[in-house]
Amino acid sequence: MTDTVERSSRQPEQISHVVVRFAGDSGDGMQLTGDRFTSVSALFGNDLSTFPDYPAEIRAPAGTVNGVSSFQVHISDHDITTPGDSPNVLVAMNAAALKADIHRLEQNGLLIVNSDAFEARDLEKADYTSNPLTDGSLSNYRVVEVPMTTLTQAAAEPLGVKPRDAERSKNFFALGMVSWLYSRPIEPTIAWIEGRFKDLVKEANLAAFKAGYNFGETSELFDHPYMVPPSDTSPGEYTNITGNTALAWGLVAAGQLSKLPVFLGSYPITPASDILHELSKHKNFGVRTLQAEDEIAAAGMALGAAFAGHLGVTTTSGPGVALKSETTSLAVSLELPFVLVDIQRGGPSTGLPTKTEAADLNIAMYGRHGEAPLPIVAAYSPANCFDAAIEAARIALKYRTPVILLSDGYLANGSEPWKIPDPATLPDISVPFATAKNHVNEDGTEEYWPYLRDPETLARPWAIPGTPGLMHRVGGIEKEDGRGDISYTPANHTKMVHLRADKIAGIAKDIPEAKVMGDADADVVLLGWGSTWAAIDAAVQRTRRAGTKVGWIHLTHLNPLPPNLGDLLRSFRHVLVPELNMGQLCRIVRAEFLVDAKPVTKVQGLPFSSAELEAAIQEVLK
Amino acid sequence: MSDVIVPLTQKKDWMSDQEVRWCPGCGDYGILQAVQTLMPDLGVAPENTVFISGIGCSSRFPYYMNTYGMHSIHGRAPAIATGVAVARPDLDVWVITGDGDALSIGGNHLIHALRRNVNLTILLFNNRIYGLTKGQYSPTSEEGKVTKSTPMGSIDHPFNPLAVALGAEASFVARTHDLDRKHMMNVFRAAHDHQGASFVEIYQNCNVFNDAAFDGVTGKHHRAEMMIDLVHGEPIRFGPEKEHGVMMGSDGQLRIVDVIEAGVDNLLVHDAHREDPGLAFALARLSHDDHSPTPFGIFRDVHRPDYGSQVAAQVMQAGEKKGPGSLGDLLRSNGTWTIG
Repeated sequence: MTDTVERSSRQPEQISHVVVRFAGDSGDGMQLTGDRFTSVSALFGNDLSTFPDYPAEIRAPAGTVNGVSSFQVHISDHDITTPGDSPNVLVAMNAAALKADIHRLEQNGLLIVNSDAFEARDLEKADYTSNPLTDGSLSNYRVVEVPMTTLTQAAAEPLGVKPRDAERSKNFFALGMVSWLYSRPIEPTIAWIEGRFKDLVKEANLAAFKAGYNFGETSELFDHPYMVPPSDTSPGEYTNITGNTALAWGLVAAGQLSKLPVFLGSYPITPASDILHELSKHKNFGVRTLQAEDEIAAAGMALGAAFAGHLGVTTTSGPGVALKSETTSLAVSLELPFVLVDIQRGGPSTGLPTKTEAADLNIAMYGRHGEAPLPIVAAYSPANCFDAAIEAARIALKYRTPVILLSDGYLANGSEPWKIPDPATLPDISVPFATAKNHVNEDGTEEYWPYLRDPETLARPWAIPGTPGLMHRVGGIEKEDGRGDISYTPANHTKMVHLRADKIAGIAKDIPEAKVMGDADADVVLLGWGSTWAAIDAAVQRTRRAGTKVGWIHLTHLNPLPPNLGDLLRSFRHVLVPELNMGQLCRIVRAEFLVDAKPVTKVQGLPFSSAELEAAIQEVLK
Repeated sequence: MSDVIVPLTQKKDWMSDQEVRWCPGCGDYGILQAVQTLMPDLGVAPENTVFISGIGCSSRFPYYMNTYGMHSIHGRAPAIATGVAVARPDLDVWVITGDGDALSIGGNHLIHALRRNVNLTILLFNNRIYGLTKGQYSPTSEEGKVTKSTPMGSIDHPFNPLAVALGAEASFVARTHDLDRKHMMNVFRAAHDHQGASFVEIYQNCNVFNDAAFDGVTGKHHRAEMMIDLVHGEPIRFGPEKEHGVMMGSDGQLRIVDVIEAGVDNLLVHDAHREDPGLAFALARLSHDDHSPTPFGIFRDVHRPDYGSQVAAQVMQAGEKKGPGSLGDLLRSNGTWTIG
């Protein structure tokens, strides 16, 4: 066979969008395949949204349903926010992948299967009692059977690659085939393979990719290719970004914008570890990262660094938030800036470490001992994690308080195109350190009072070690307001509890007002937070296109809440609160505003589909 | 001595205006005196000095020092101090902790701060009891000890703090006691001057809940017989007439011997700078109770790069290699495309 790539002779059919899901065994490289398809589509100019979906086990038993790893990508010629409810195309690399994901494929959707992986043994491992390729159970789909393993081995054989090794390149065969089917440019993928792999592996992957592309072209299993034109989004320079990368870059930016070195104390935990990895690469920004001995130490180190004048950050997921609770309470008491990032996952306990959930709002709000309120910021999309990180740091620094920044597994690993901001347009979040004594005694002598507050923000001064004359001690014991000495007096404790609460409540004046998107005069409003943004956006669009009015408020700040939120909610007859938990925000707004908000909940480790939310809207309006 | 060093500060410059609130007669007073008296000699400024403590009686210490300080969380002082020291290698960072704080609730942080060799001077006040919570047994309490939480006697086998520190790869390990200010000051000075993590166990008397715990060793009438002063480069001898010595037997076991019988040349010569921690470990375990000869002084003092300096070096290397960070370049580092 030739190693050049034939250009398609058949004209591609133009379509506005497509959702493709690559599914295979954990060892089949499906995340890589999906990622490449995404990158090429991004470079091509499509709008896109991705949803990696993989098991917690590094290698579950091969060929079993538990070991299936999938990557869903939605590419479009217009603005989209979700990775799509149902794929239009499912690529199933083995019987288990078919079993795990076939129910997601739309009716009459295109199903491309690796027919080599449907031997008796494969079917048995996937718990099939009969072969779905022959028993008629797939009659609702357009099935294309391709012996991908055999074809990949044949492509690699002339290079001297053993069949067993060649088999590993079959994901590139699938990528080549789907690249042809959706008229993706092939050069970027070829260049990527050449840069990423070496020697025989590189040659085998290139051969498999080209063979897959040519197979699509020549086999006539597909009538014609499709083409999703570039999207008409606003002009500018774009990059494709995941939530965790955006969050890490946002922290780097926060360091630059505050003119403080970033200090990350972190302990590896899924799905937050990538932030540690990413920040560890950027020491040339003055970023210090320390992989601590445990979650508690990670928080302690960040708090110590904050005391010493750095932007202290700790990153984790749910179980780690619990372990950091005591340190966070100390930070509330010390009134030091400190950002705790929680990439939420399914819980409680280890729960569903690789699946998404947003059930840590309660622990963020209430998960400390004593009266220990703190601000909570929530990111709503992968790219928004960048801005959310800067906002969390801004509040922490300005108000000398720990801030919890909530993201989740869906945002962390999902990606979308991001119009790169001009750094010059980003806010200045720097705050001055105290440099002089701030209190004059009656006898004319001067002192430094560590708890003498700014009357506007109620923040205390931040004097860092190394500053002559401002030596002072802070601690977890209750302090006398102003002077900061230990104080056990009843009146002072009351005053300090109220001051700390008032300081956090006062941040409401310093955050954007809530605004209604969609129809402000609708009967129903959706109140969302976090990653439900994508599904709510799609559901609101669909509902409005169908002629039903619906409003939508999306919160980026969960504590304090925007001051106008109560009035806004009361202006609607129905308030629906979609959440990937059992109704945590819903209970907060009911308690806070006495509105009859209704929860719409989902706890499957999966994001909402827009159809589910559309149905919830229709149901309440019945 | 021809050069007279005039200290930049005096003892009073290191004393805060806070009233010291330990029980009258507590060993902590002596330690505070030793530290405050020593500080002017160290050539550092109060504003560049940070004391971080955990929770417990000893952990009130920072309040009494006119430096930067934090009275933090039970057991977490080594972690918090690591953040301070790594963020700011220019600072002089001390950790004040106790036997419960460092070896029970904070054991993990202590061993990791030691193995990382973070530039900290860690003073562990060991009184073998929980004082602040009014008298429960601690991880250094002896077996059989009757306390409020062990009415039938403790069945917990205790830690040997120095052996724990040596096992955790500590580069500086020493022991002193609260009754000898001069000895404390010498040990603290050496611990301070050591670049990296320094671990000092201080036998400290809790006269309320565990009075005279160390009397059998450090008490006036026992010192001469029971305290073994470790001097680097010298044979290990002790006793009123230096008549006792420490020798290594052919089985590798350290033994207390009569110097005349054994011969001075056969005594173990103390070597604190020895790379291998084996001898320091053996010395740390020479005494198994508070009624037998116990070594004091510097057990181990070896050089190993300290953590904060290495972090700073990596930050500098990254800056030299990649140039100062540019946000604009960072945001474009994963490939971009342009529309319009």
